[in-house]
Amino acid sequence: MRNKVLSAPYLFWMVLFTVVPLILVAYYALTGADGGFTLKNVSDVRQFSGVIFRSVWLAVIATLICLVMAYPLAYSMSRLRPQMQRVALLMVMLPMWINFLLRTYAWMTLLENTGLINQLLGLLGIGPLQLINTQGAVVLGMVYNYVPFMILPLYSVMTKIDQGLIHAAQDLGSNTLGVFVNVVLPLSMPGITTGITMVFVPAVSTFAISRMLGGGQNLMIGDLIELQFLGTSYNPNLGSAISMVLMVLVLLLMSAMNQYADEEKEGMII
Amino acid sequence: MKHLSRIYTGFCMFFLYLPIFVLIVFSFNESKSRAVFTGFSFKWYQALFQNDVILTALGNTLLIALISTLISTLIGVAAAIGINAMNRWLRGVVLNTTYMPIVNPEIVTGVSLSLLFVFMRQVLGLPIELGFMSLILAHVTFSTPYVILNVLPKLRQMDKNLYHAAMDLGCSPMQAVLRVVLPEIMPGIITGAFMAFTYSIDDFIISYFVSGPAVQTLPIVIYSMTRKKVSPEINALSTIIFLVVVGVLFISNIAQDRWAIETRKRLN
Amino acid sequence: MKRIVIFALILMMLVGLAAPAFAATPLDTSNMDTAYYSRFKDAGITINVFNWGEYISDGRDGSVDINAEFEALTGIKVNYNMFESNEAMYAKLKGGSVSYDVVIPSDYMISQMIAEDMLLPLDFSNIPNADNVDPKFLNMTYDPENLYTLPYTWGTVVIIYNTTMVDPDEDVETWDILWNEKYAGQILMFDNPRDAYGIALKKAGHSLNPASVSEVEEATELLKAQNKLVQTYVMDQIFDKMAAGEAAVGPYYAGDFITMQNDNPDLAAAYPREGTNIFVDCMVIPTSAKQKEAAEMYINFMLEPEVGLANTEYIGYSTPNLATLALLDEETTGNPITYPPSETMEKAEFFLDLPQEVKLAMDNGWSTFRNDDEAFNFWLMPVLVVVALAAVAMMGIGRSRKKKVEY
Repeated sequence: MRNKVLSAPYLFWMVLFTVVPLILVAYYALTGADGGFTLKNVSDVRQFSGVIFRSVWLAVIATLICLVMAYPLAYSMSRLRPQMQRVALLMVMLPMWINFLLRTYAWMTLLENTGLINQLLGLLGIGPLQLINTQGAVVLGMVYNYVPFMILPLYSVMTKIDQGLIHAAQDLGSNTLGVFVNVVLPLSMPGITTGITMVFVPAVSTFAISRMLGGGQNLMIGDLIELQFLGTSYNPNLGSAISMVLMVLVLLLMSAMNQYADEEKEGMII
Repeated sequence: MKHLSRIYTGFCMFFLYLPIFVLIVFSFNESKSRAVFTGFSFKWYQALFQNDVILTALGNTLLIALISTLISTLIGVAAAIGINAMNRWLRGVVLNTTYMPIVNPEIVTGVSLSLLFVFMRQVLGLPIELGFMSLILAHVTFSTPYVILNVLPKLRQMDKNLYHAAMDLGCSPMQAVLRVVLPEIMPGIITGAFMAFTYSIDDFIISYFVSGPAVQTLPIVIYSMTRKKVSPEINALSTIIFLVVVGVLFISNIAQDRWAIETRKRLN
Repeated sequence: MKRIVIFALILMMLVGLAAPAFAATPLDTSNMDTAYYSRFKDAGITINVFNWGEYISDGRDGSVDINAEFEALTGIKVNYNMFESNEAMYAKLKGGSVSYDVVIPSDYMISQMIAEDMLLPLDFSNIPNADNVDPKFLNMTYDPENLYTLPYTWGTVVIIYNTTMVDPDEDVETWDILWNEKYAGQILMFDNPRDAYGIALKKAGHSLNPASVSEVEEATELLKAQNKLVQTYVMDQIFDKMAAGEAAVGPYYAGDFITMQNDNPDLAAAYPREGTNIFVDCMVIPTSAKQKEAAEMYINFMLEPEVGLANTEYIGYSTPNLATLALLDEETTGNPITYPPSETMEKAEFFLDLPQEVKLAMDNGWSTFRNDDEAFNFWLMPVLVVVALAAVAMMGIGRSRKKKVEY
């Protein structure tokens, strides 16, 4: 086939709008305000190790909670009647269609000191508890916004697990735990790795969620980058350096995940 | 066990829908309070429909989504056909770069594109300004990969001989692509275009970095609304979006069912 | 499902039928120079205006919609955008690739923008209403020859507190209340460096305009110490937080306090004894402007007495426009918060543009003080990256071995 030329417009576009911008990020990160080469920005990023560590930490916790929460749900969904499966799938996808800012805003109103949850607690004679402006609130916001990204890939691998295989394992004397460890878990591994990356990457780089739910103490990498470009400490060179660190973090995770799923993946399940 | 799983599913659904439910209830609240329901009223809906900023932003969002979907579908389908014809090594390189906007944190993509536009204007002297143009360019950039990645598998599945057979029967390569290949990969194109469209409508982070004074999209307006005195208009907006989404999913599901029944009939 | 759709349709109809309940008050334009304002009537001109959030009468709550009135009068379309702080505005403009025709920054930012050649001189012959401006607010230090600016509003920073949450015996007339551990988690603080540093510097007994790097460092330490007590750093989010009783105390601009108090009568404001900041926000035209004459027309319109009146009444800030001041009632001009007595004014200071090394120290302190987790030491991050790299490499090796065994 001589159709390779058909991809020319895209290749041009890809180089101009994907490759060149990333090179520019590296260029800005390695130059100072005067345009000369410097490593100062990159080494300045170490000042923010606390923020970076906290971002990674909160994102890891959120990802684990998503996994623990989504796994049984995806499994029970996959064992429903086909008609019900479709309904359940729609129910999981529906909230994703509402902009995440609106969903996060909804949690803001629920968690406030004078919000609905604290009012209910007040009726029971408890509280008011400090719910918003905590790390817990940020993790909750991440879990709520990104858990569908964990449920969907898990569900899609679990529908492919043959019920017969489970029965066979049981017939051969495996108990529930044994079936889980030896059959279900290994077969759902690709879904787990996809889910982890799809939750972790947006979680670690978020800025709106921490801004809305996190209060003054919970600055994250995303906030830091936003501050350098559009916020109150204008310094695109430092911002680019932080962006590079974030990219390296994410690429590291991706390559770790790829150790498990190395077959060529095309077309993600969204 | 079955009960347990039902209860658990119910709990998860409760978690997913509780905030949305609260938003909807309070969109009908008479007062501005977010915690006390003082009375039933439609006034926030009225306010919303008189809010020019939101209505213009909605128009912009839809227009940008339509144009960028069109461009990215055209570029993406052509690219997929081209990539499919590449040798293994080249394909690997192109595909890995294609994955970049998908796996890269959105904020990095946004920042890098904003740097590109600044660079184009300040260093190359191109008259690029943040606004409609930059938003379209950015949206095409992040949605084209979804089109490509949805079309490629369909191309793989397609019988290669179909294309050659078409040529043997007198088609030019272009005709062969248009008349034989395109219909085969149509489902992939539709899914890809649909994903491009939804991502474009929903995108906040990248748009936030490349938007200018004249053109704001709905997510950007929503964000700035949460940064100021919040009006319950935002709840009314969420409710309407929710109802529209429910409606669209409902209709598309009915359509799917109909289609499935029709095909079964035809097969019989 | 069907019922939901029907319900939605009914809802849309109800909304469509309902009479507009939020109609804006029309503006009386009979006294305005129609010949002047109709010069661009059919030229199809659009101007981009960049102003602070919640800083114009926009037709909400039955106020005058000033931008709509300007559009109706002149036929010029206004793209109205908002920023959260001077620094955010600066970042957007400096980042390039945007063009604004009118921007409304504060004094110290104007000095910086003039120094960086970011502003165009105004053509005063095109702005007849400049005569309305109180001479007291012209030829200020930020624009000594008054070439670039015309004032929009002025104001001061006050401490706003909720009387039901703050101890009645508490001394509220001092910045120390923002460092009071009793209110930990209920304190709001400015989310912009100049205002936040100004308060910390005043608390430390210095001028708002630090004379040396060591003063800045002292203030940085104070802000670091305060971080543990602060609920969140806010700009206009403070409206909601104070109105809903989410926070007990926070500093903000006096004019906005008036708006907040309308929403929540429990709120009160106080002037700190140490002295506060007085600011003037001015209308300027940046060098990126494309419609300079139309921009000047917009500035002129804002200086119309009636427009100023509508604006001042809605946003609560103090006006530098003498013609507007004459139209205001006694109750407004007699309010000690927006038009403070002379002893407060004497202690109030303007922000000035700072020497480069002081500004650098402040920028640096501002971007790092919230990263106060000293538990994570300086080398942790590089070490972590190395460990992660090693782990990935190990996994890779382990995996390829396993593969070999399998085959």
